[in-house]
Amino acid sequence: MTVMNPHLKFQSQAVAKPYFVFAMMLFVGQVLFGLIMGLQYVIGDFLFPLIPFNVARMVHTNLLIVWLLFGFMGAAYYLIPEEADRELHSPKLALILFWVFAGAGVLTILGYLLVPYAGLAKMTGNELLPTMGREFLEQPTITKIGIVVVALGFLYNIGMTLLKGRKTTVSVVMMTGLIGLAVFFLFSFYNPENLARDKYYWWWVVHLWVEGVWELIMGSMLAFVLIKVTGVDREVVEKWLYVIIAMALITGIIGTGHHYFFIGAPPVWLWLGSIFSALEPLPFFAMVLFAFNMVNRRRREHPNKVASLWAMGTTVTAFLGAGVWGFMHTLAPVNYYTHGSQLTAAHGHLAFYGAYAMIVMTMISYAMPRLRGLGEAPGPKAQRVEVWGFWLMTISMVLITLFLTAAGVVQVWLQRIPADGAAMSFMNTADQLALFFWLRLVAGVFFLVGLICYLMSFRQRREGGVVASA
Amino acid sequence: MSTSPEALQGSDLQRPGLFASLPGDLAMWFFILAELTVFGICIVAFAVTQALRLELFQASRALLDTSTGLALTLSLLTSGLFAALAVEQVRAARSRQAAGWLLAALGSACVYVWLKLQEYAHLLQAGLDMEHNTFFTLYWILTAFHFLHVLLGMLILAFMAWRCWRLAYAPQQCSGLVSGVLYWHMVDLVWVVLFPLVYVLN
Repeated sequence: MTVMNPHLKFQSQAVAKPYFVFAMMLFVGQVLFGLIMGLQYVIGDFLFPLIPFNVARMVHTNLLIVWLLFGFMGAAYYLIPEEADRELHSPKLALILFWVFAGAGVLTILGYLLVPYAGLAKMTGNELLPTMGREFLEQPTITKIGIVVVALGFLYNIGMTLLKGRKTTVSVVMMTGLIGLAVFFLFSFYNPENLARDKYYWWWVVHLWVEGVWELIMGSMLAFVLIKVTGVDREVVEKWLYVIIAMALITGIIGTGHHYFFIGAPPVWLWLGSIFSALEPLPFFAMVLFAFNMVNRRRREHPNKVASLWAMGTTVTAFLGAGVWGFMHTLAPVNYYTHGSQLTAAHGHLAFYGAYAMIVMTMISYAMPRLRGLGEAPGPKAQRVEVWGFWLMTISMVLITLFLTAAGVVQVWLQRIPADGAAMSFMNTADQLALFFWLRLVAGVFFLVGLICYLMSFRQRREGGVVASA
Repeated sequence: MSTSPEALQGSDLQRPGLFASLPGDLAMWFFILAELTVFGICIVAFAVTQALRLELFQASRALLDTSTGLALTLSLLTSGLFAALAVEQVRAARSRQAAGWLLAALGSACVYVWLKLQEYAHLLQAGLDMEHNTFFTLYWILTAFHFLHVLLGMLILAFMAWRCWRLAYAPQQCSGLVSGVLYWHMVDLVWVVLFPLVYVLN
């Protein structure tokens, strides 16, 4: 950082760049492992024993979580100084933590791929504080401790920046979401012997992240980008943000109940989970109204058109994926038949892509031209390529979701609804679904092409950039 | 960031024509609609379950005290009236009197809280907790969720009383006060539906 970047309000915002770049690298890895698994669904021994299905799945989901965390951190390092109207407390700490987190992440993934999981547990001393072996929280205990250390350093850094600077609704909501993210992760260290209790608290990490505090992070990132690209008054944006986070928390926290239906929790959760999660589409619907309203009322024509497209796209896709596809199987009587089926996978894919992958790409799309010193926006040609990336990825993901939904419906029909003895076995059902899995795989390949388009759009050199007018 | 005078007015000036005549803030109306949807789903769940298990509901309902329910209703409605009178006072540029009415509304709400806690304690002593049967599961979910709204509404009333006392509202600029009172009326309205549904109708 020896050369001043005139397109950054504060030079320390530049630390966001490595976070964004690494997030995108991990995203490519996630998609590649997704494709490997997609093929394993139809050709069971593909790459066996090199990469068994369970390992591919673990890498696919862990990479997702880690790249989103890199994306959120990059977004915070970009957004918090600008909102607080001062330089980041310690850019050096941010860079050190980047290398620590990236190193730990790479080592963990290599551990998954090169060492049998039980061996990895032994190697990393899991028996001292057993936390491994649970879906999404497979990381060795030592990696989990590393994540906590990185999160503490990160929160200290942006927290100090915020405390010393201007406090806006956007930055306070972002900070609250990030603190919540760190706090709920602590439940990954609690691993009771009783399986029902284990699941009970496991959801505090998994659900209260994605249907609780992450929604605050998403809301604040969306608000930030919309303020920038539309020029609408902060006061209007903040009012919407309050409404959105209030509804996200009311519905999301008690909505945890939709995971408690059949794990041995008291039956009152059948009611609480059904009622409150039926409302969970509301905050996402509010985000759709919010984004389209702000863009319609815009007070300036921002040259970065594609960033607005991402901002609107993320709200619609999140509403469909998290809201509608979630509600589809969230009522207890429905969920009795559908839980853990391909419908869950369908919902998971569109929700994660729509809400979290897309909001991070919105932020990257907005911030990257400035971080690279190109100006307010990439040139028209680069934007065209990026628009291709947007539509290819989004349409492919919608198709993946539709194929998985079809597979899920057939699966429930064959495997869940018939009486005991008459129901088809899991593996025989999977054979019946092969056509849908092939189609899903094709859509997955197009998704990768879309991602490559998105990344290619960043290849643009300095000359095409649109320089800020003011 | 634009800081032109009309920009400082916030969303009110930019409100689409259809909603122009709504008092208070549009965001509050959206929030109220969302809240009413939550309660609406709860109420439908209660009514449908009652239709399916009528005998259980009749027998369980007999264990509730209707006169307590009536007293609860009256205390909330009185509180709503006082809050509405506070808005009238602010519109007539008498903010200090408005603070008084808001405190009266708060006092009336306290009666509700006290009665409700008594009722809860009584039911718990009798072993009629959330796990007792389906009627009581739904009774606790509905009334406890509403109770939390009353507590939040009381915080809002207290905040607005303090703002009134500090003369923070003007007859033409009291959108925040109107929005807060709207919320309080919503809490009233929900109870007016809950009372007959839970305590009376068989």
